[in-house]
Amino acid sequence: MKYLAFATGLFAATAAVAETPVLTIYTYESFVSDWGPGPAVEKAFEETCGCDLQFVGAGDGAALLGRLKLEGKRTKADIVLGLDTNLTAAALETGLFAETAVSADYDLPVAWNDPVFVPYDWGYFAFVQNADLANAPTDFKALADSDLKIVIQDPRSSTPGLGLLMWVKAAYGDEAPAIWEGLSDNIVTVTKGWSEAYGLFLEGEADMVLSYTTSPAYHLIAESDASKTAAKFSEGHYMQIEVAGKIANTDQPELADKFLQFMVTDAFQSIIPTTNWMYPAVTPEAGLPEGFETLIQPEKALIVPADQADAVRDAALAEWLEALSK
Amino acid sequence: MIRGGPGYAAAAFVLLFIFGPLIVVFARAGGGTLPGPADWAAVRFSVTQATLSALFSVILAIPVSRALARRKFPGRNMLITLLGAPFILPVIVAVLGLLAVFGRSGILNSLLDWAGLPTVQIYGLHGVVLAHIFFNLPLATRIFLQAWQQIPAERFRLAASLNMSAGQVLRRLEIPMIRATAPGAFIVIFAICLSSFTVALTLGGGPRATTVELAIYQAFRFDFDLGRAAVLAVIQTVLAGIVALFALKYSRGEGFGAGLDRVVRRWDAQSAGLRITDAAVMILTALFLLLPLVLVVINGINGWAKMPDQVFTALWVSLVISLFSTALALVLALAIALAALHRGWVEVIGLLGIVSSPLVLGTGLFLIVHPYADPARLAFVVTGLVNALTALPFVLRVLIPSLRGSEKNFGRLADMLGLTGWARLRFLLLPRARRALGFSAGLAAAFSMGDLGVITLFADPGSATLPLQMYRLMGAFRMEAAAGAGLLLLVSSLGLFWIFDKMGRGDVDA
Repeated sequence: MKYLAFATGLFAATAAVAETPVLTIYTYESFVSDWGPGPAVEKAFEETCGCDLQFVGAGDGAALLGRLKLEGKRTKADIVLGLDTNLTAAALETGLFAETAVSADYDLPVAWNDPVFVPYDWGYFAFVQNADLANAPTDFKALADSDLKIVIQDPRSSTPGLGLLMWVKAAYGDEAPAIWEGLSDNIVTVTKGWSEAYGLFLEGEADMVLSYTTSPAYHLIAESDASKTAAKFSEGHYMQIEVAGKIANTDQPELADKFLQFMVTDAFQSIIPTTNWMYPAVTPEAGLPEGFETLIQPEKALIVPADQADAVRDAALAEWLEALSK
Repeated sequence: MIRGGPGYAAAAFVLLFIFGPLIVVFARAGGGTLPGPADWAAVRFSVTQATLSALFSVILAIPVSRALARRKFPGRNMLITLLGAPFILPVIVAVLGLLAVFGRSGILNSLLDWAGLPTVQIYGLHGVVLAHIFFNLPLATRIFLQAWQQIPAERFRLAASLNMSAGQVLRRLEIPMIRATAPGAFIVIFAICLSSFTVALTLGGGPRATTVELAIYQAFRFDFDLGRAAVLAVIQTVLAGIVALFALKYSRGEGFGAGLDRVVRRWDAQSAGLRITDAAVMILTALFLLLPLVLVVINGINGWAKMPDQVFTALWVSLVISLFSTALALVLALAIALAALHRGWVEVIGLLGIVSSPLVLGTGLFLIVHPYADPARLAFVVTGLVNALTALPFVLRVLIPSLRGSEKNFGRLADMLGLTGWARLRFLLLPRARRALGFSAGLAAAFSMGDLGVITLFADPGSATLPLQMYRLMGAFRMEAAAGAGLLLLVSSLGLFWIFDKMGRGDVDA
């Protein structure tokens, strides 16, 4: 009798598992890590959705798109989270994404009316420096004229590296090659990814590192260390807007929409600032965490429209390679 | 001799594993795309830096291994183990350690500055070569040390009784050994450096230092041009294969005849001058290799307490993968090495694993697996397999000379005794290869611990390896905790290496 009860229980449990819908979200590696937003987001959404939220991590934004292209229509993903506006046009071209009705009252510095992709956070690229740096430059020309040393990331392997490329191009257009030539003697080295560059900066290999205006908030909030600041450049700062999109042939279309809607609510948005260290796309009711008010506020937000990003990117990369290979 | 059958099967397996994914990538891309001028520049840079790196590592390893081989001093075994550490460090940890010594605000420049001398700049081709020497000098030194120990003690006794000078011993005994060993060491290091990415880019100081692997990244990420990525991967593999064939042709050693495996005593090297030179060589090498490591350790100790529990979970994952790939690497290597006794070129196949681009290999494997299974479920197996293939070249390079020596010296005796097949392996070859097996198992295990390999495409968020977890910590600003994880990785890799190496040495090195 006991065995029978046990067997019945087991059967019931199996059935329950089978009935729980699974929502699969592809995202970048640092989102799913134990120190990223992933675990908290999963917990918060599962409390309300009656589903099993599963994250699959793949490199960074560009690697994510690469993986999606490899998988094509057979992809298991219901949602892809972690592309930015440099990638959305290419992502759209795959024909794998579907439009969504989800929208919100975004707190972005630029207007957002993309019918497919929903933004969840954003930030400005910036050079991070020690607060006591003497003669901190206020624009690219001053930086190029100084003998300050900077570490940047390779645009061919890193998202921030590509961001810097777009930043210089958006700010200077045809003058960009001259800016890069001026910067070439300031660049200590170019690294594969953000982690290597930031590590080198913290080790004292350079005076400044390409990162985000929000990076000093990590040191301030998590380490009570106010020694890092971002340099405010008068040309304005290039933006990164991170978005998520629904896969067209998902077997969980309603659940996917539900997640995207959840993504722009406080429950998700309040997790972002101190785990992804970016600005939430919709500022939560309670405001930003204490410490964010100390961050620099760029006067101008620069961004290349998604549909031009590819063309600008290719031209800018050629100029960058040309200027720095001399 | 033992028949090469299983060896050819193992070689075929390796070939299939390397070229199968490539073919799948080509098929998916609908053919190859020809590389552009920038890609060819990357090929040239890769070959230049790999040639220089391998050349200097091998040349420098000769005096270092010679000094180690002919001197006995307390702590010698410990020093030999520690000198192997750079080779098994995760790249980024080692680069940070190296920069703490040679970087802009490193120890060297601080000293120069203090002394009023101009500071030195590490970034550039010389920096890339320096870093590659840092990584590979230990490997080259160990390969030579192994070869030095294969000159039987009896030869040196004979040389001493003939009153040969150090110079004569060098000419008669040591140079033939060096000529037989150097090409093999060169190709392994050349192959390792050819596919360098993080080191070459970080220390190269900019896009001038673009290697083929970076060009592959660009083809994949920027243009999603799988065809061009695959063509570049083929170029890299073929280049290494050609260099390997060429070098193997020149590495035929004649062997030194059999001895009684006594401890080598060197009567020729007792003069004060030679003692001082050897001591200087060893001290300089130890400083060059160990100083960055000391800084890695100090950084790691500072971060140790900040390490979250996940790091220790990741340690177990890495240990299991490492032991699995070590076992696999040894089985494959033993089979291939036995076949290489008949046909030397078989070894070249074993070498290809290390030059196959992780990105293209990973992509190909992913394309193969994806239609049938969830790639994350196979993450363990795939990582273990790829790590085994990557470790294969070192294992072969250490194992083949040992087996060849045994066959040369005892082969005819064994033939007369009718010792063939399994019995020959068990009673002749394996016991005599014990030292080589232990050392190469140690290398394979340690290497597999530190390798990120293709894990990123297959990664399962719940079961990260230790290097991946370390990168995640860095990616989340936790550089100190990451340094702690780096130290844990260093200690566990060295520990594994030490255990296997010790098992191999047994008590023979009394």
